[in-house]
Amino acid sequence: MSPETANTAIVAALCLPLLGALGVQILGRFVSDNARDAWTVLIGLATFSQVLRLVGPVVDGARPSVALPDWMPGLGLGFEVEPLGLLFGLVASGLWILTSLYGFGYMRGHHEKNQTRFFTCFALAISAALGIAFAGDLVTLFLFYEILTFSTFPLVTHAGTEAAVKAGRLYLGILVSTSVLFLLLAILWTSTLADGLGFRPGGILEGRIEGGQATLLLLLFSNGIGKAALMPFHRWLPAAMVAPTPVSALLHAVAVVKAGVFSVLKVAVYVFGFDLLSTGGVSNLVAWIAAITILAASIRALTLDGFKPRLAYSTISQLSYIVLGAMLATGTAAMGAGLHILMHAIGKITLFFVAGAVYVVAHKDKVSQLDGLGRKMPFTFGAFCVASFSIIGLPPLGGAWSKWFLVTGAFEAGHFWLGTVFMVSSLLSIGYLMPIVVRAFFRPLPEGEEEGVADAPLLMLIPICTTALLCFVAFFYTDAVYDLLAPAFGLG
Amino acid sequence: MTDGATAHQVATEALSFADHLPALQVLLPLMGAPLCFLLRKETLASALTVVISFACLAISFSLLGQTMDGEVLVYEFGGWPRPFGIEYRVDITNAFVLVVVSLVAAVVFAAGPGQARRAIPVGREYLFYSAALLCLTGLLGVTITGDVFNVFVFMEISSLSSYILIALGRERRALMAAFSYLVMGTIGATFLLIGIGLMYQMTGTLNMVDMAVRLEAVSETRTILVAVAFVVVGISTKLAVFPLHQWLPNAYSQAPPIVSAFLAATATKVAYYLLIRFTLGLFGAALVFERIGVDTLLMPLSVLAMFMGSIAAIYQTDFKRLLAYSSIAQIGYMTLGLSLATEAGVAAGLIHLFNHALMKGALFLVAACVTWRMGATKIAMMRGLGQRMPLTMAALVASGLALVGVPGTAGFVSKWALVSAALEQDHLFLAFLIMASSVLAVVYIWRLVEVVYFAELDGEVERREAPLRLLVPTWILAGMTIWYGLFSDFSVDVAEAAAKQLFLGLGGGA
Repeated sequence: MSPETANTAIVAALCLPLLGALGVQILGRFVSDNARDAWTVLIGLATFSQVLRLVGPVVDGARPSVALPDWMPGLGLGFEVEPLGLLFGLVASGLWILTSLYGFGYMRGHHEKNQTRFFTCFALAISAALGIAFAGDLVTLFLFYEILTFSTFPLVTHAGTEAAVKAGRLYLGILVSTSVLFLLLAILWTSTLADGLGFRPGGILEGRIEGGQATLLLLLFSNGIGKAALMPFHRWLPAAMVAPTPVSALLHAVAVVKAGVFSVLKVAVYVFGFDLLSTGGVSNLVAWIAAITILAASIRALTLDGFKPRLAYSTISQLSYIVLGAMLATGTAAMGAGLHILMHAIGKITLFFVAGAVYVVAHKDKVSQLDGLGRKMPFTFGAFCVASFSIIGLPPLGGAWSKWFLVTGAFEAGHFWLGTVFMVSSLLSIGYLMPIVVRAFFRPLPEGEEEGVADAPLLMLIPICTTALLCFVAFFYTDAVYDLLAPAFGLG
Repeated sequence: MTDGATAHQVATEALSFADHLPALQVLLPLMGAPLCFLLRKETLASALTVVISFACLAISFSLLGQTMDGEVLVYEFGGWPRPFGIEYRVDITNAFVLVVVSLVAAVVFAAGPGQARRAIPVGREYLFYSAALLCLTGLLGVTITGDVFNVFVFMEISSLSSYILIALGRERRALMAAFSYLVMGTIGATFLLIGIGLMYQMTGTLNMVDMAVRLEAVSETRTILVAVAFVVVGISTKLAVFPLHQWLPNAYSQAPPIVSAFLAATATKVAYYLLIRFTLGLFGAALVFERIGVDTLLMPLSVLAMFMGSIAAIYQTDFKRLLAYSSIAQIGYMTLGLSLATEAGVAAGLIHLFNHALMKGALFLVAACVTWRMGATKIAMMRGLGQRMPLTMAALVASGLALVGVPGTAGFVSKWALVSAALEQDHLFLAFLIMASSVLAVVYIWRLVEVVYFAELDGEVERREAPLRLLVPTWILAGMTIWYGLFSDFSVDVAEAAAKQLFLGLGGGA
């Protein structure tokens, strides 16, 4: 494919969801719900195919890019597709299709109001996530980061209840204030140090900042990217669980939070560069914050009875795997972090899908209420079991590979204790995920409940089984992803 | 003798229409004011006002075009050269401010018809237009003139007419607001006049360029040091620099909304221009910053203004009052730029001058729309307006986001410039404070958005948008806050060129 067509694919991938949002509005208002939902899937497929078109050129070493005219002297809006962003773009746009299918089942099964607004904002959020994925410089990244925050707000407060509005305030408050207070400041600071704000392999800050100042700047970045849910700015994520489950599944397990950790990884690789991060222990402070987040969030997950809140804290913990991987500043650890973006996404989205299905079918939202449900919903809980094993990191599931690279990366970098953090956290994740499986399959149904199979509706079950299957497939095709990412981390 | 006469003749002959533009800039609205009075009929008066304000806009753009490359236009009244006559002197800085003032005037006055009818006893609307044009005359005059006493005269013209405009507010409290503005305004103007008097005493000239040259020799005298103090305090009162801002919230919230839109977007901007002109142009950066340290005083005051203004805005129950307190905070950003005492800082201040005029103008026009439909601007009354007046409220969101400084809006450009300027001086903590204060802006804007869009409504709402003649100007300004956020070359280039020229000083430049 010629470079020009690759460039148009970027524009198309960014604009198609916008077109989708427009169509959803029109069809949802004036035609019918079915037409609207068909349109969403169609647009989802089209968007994904555009992102797929970028794979070939990027694997060949090209970096398709689009630059818009400067909007401030010296500050342009630009996109450039590199391996890491492409992977994130693939994950976000690919899982969007499945989540849409699931969303139809969920929203209809649950008789939600304002479905048109829901799917409109969903499409906008995907466009913003792709903008983050393909951003060619820090300012563009920041712009789409903020759009993503605002476009997901109506989704979080969808229920419109007092509790939802309160949670929405916390969501917006933490995400906006950290991004303005720390991230924007960090970007501006970088702009005074470096020539330009574009992402460059090896970093743009090498030799421009060092020691304590570099640590401070890194801290501003990692805390400013509140979507990475690094403690102590993680509270928005459990709060966002008031949203309908498709939102929690795609946005708060995949698009939004992965946009956060992706940005952290991108900053580590393309702004700081491994050399700067590893000289004089610049990244140690943030690495330890991530390690503490991993353990503290896992322990918190153990104590929670709410199904979705438990998954939310598990997400917080798993996100910090990626942050920690970035901070270890070796090719292997970063590869682990990159793979974990994919592996955790397909695993965690399955878990959330299941939580939503249980809620719609059985109206249960607490772990303690799940006794015996596995026998009523065998496929649903079977998928849950598979995805849990992937999150824990057991072969032959995708999560095993990312954990493998993360742990060896930690040892390579000489951080023995940080390596053990991953191990301990795996044990803890068994502790908070397995009881769900055990309860569902091995405990008897409480008295008064009817026996018999009542699995999730097909529209929900298909995405659930697909993503669970993907966890398997990912284990065997990890080398393809490895080859894609290798040039970004100097492992070529 | 003959040579001189010929030369003079040639000069007069060479004066084409275009050369008179600086004079027309001020004379058009000045002549329009009594004409409005004579026309009496509201339709005629309002039409004339709109025509004149658009003519002023065209002139100011033409002046900016001529000065962009650093050229300075000098217009000698009656052909009398300085120091005998009064001259108008247009460089990039004041051409830029002229554009801001006349742009806002044109858009806001176009929204005026009908507004006046509600605020003023029937049959006397023409007085509103007369006062508005006089106010415009004063503001343009202050900006364009190259004579310090002329500055004072025009400032009084604009102040007196703005007292009238504010007193037109519907509630009786408007009279009190106008009165307290009058007291503070007069004190400020008197301080300025005393300062000008002292400067005249030491230099024997009123022309800015002459004065700047001669001030260099006497800049160490105590008289001039006192003059600096008087001038800075006097202008700061007009500019509503914290803690001299007490008049502003009442004045802006009690005035008719259309007047608030005009004054909020222009009066303080012109005062800011004056502060820059006097400090950098006349006294010179060396005296004001290095010798006296005005910047070390101005910086904490600006930061306090940013925080106190924003915090006060969070607790307001009235939309217009909220906007007024937010203005105090935004003025803090501008003065903070000046207090950095660098080219980048002053440029950031000027960029924000332009951007803030657009967004505050738009927001006050939104307030005008709300007043039109709801009769008042209590925030509690704005529940569910997102469905009732969707277009108006979309303008509120657009310009509100700009106020916060969200990327893609003009406010982001300002903030970027200001924080970069602070970081350039290694003021990392100051940069952090700027960010922290914009988080406060998020809070007060979000409060509005929540009330407007996310409040629970009882029953069906009827869609009743503001009339087009209000809505279109509102969206022109709101649209410009987005436009200049995406394509900020114009504002940034002009502001940077202006800052560069300003730091040369008037004495050095001429």
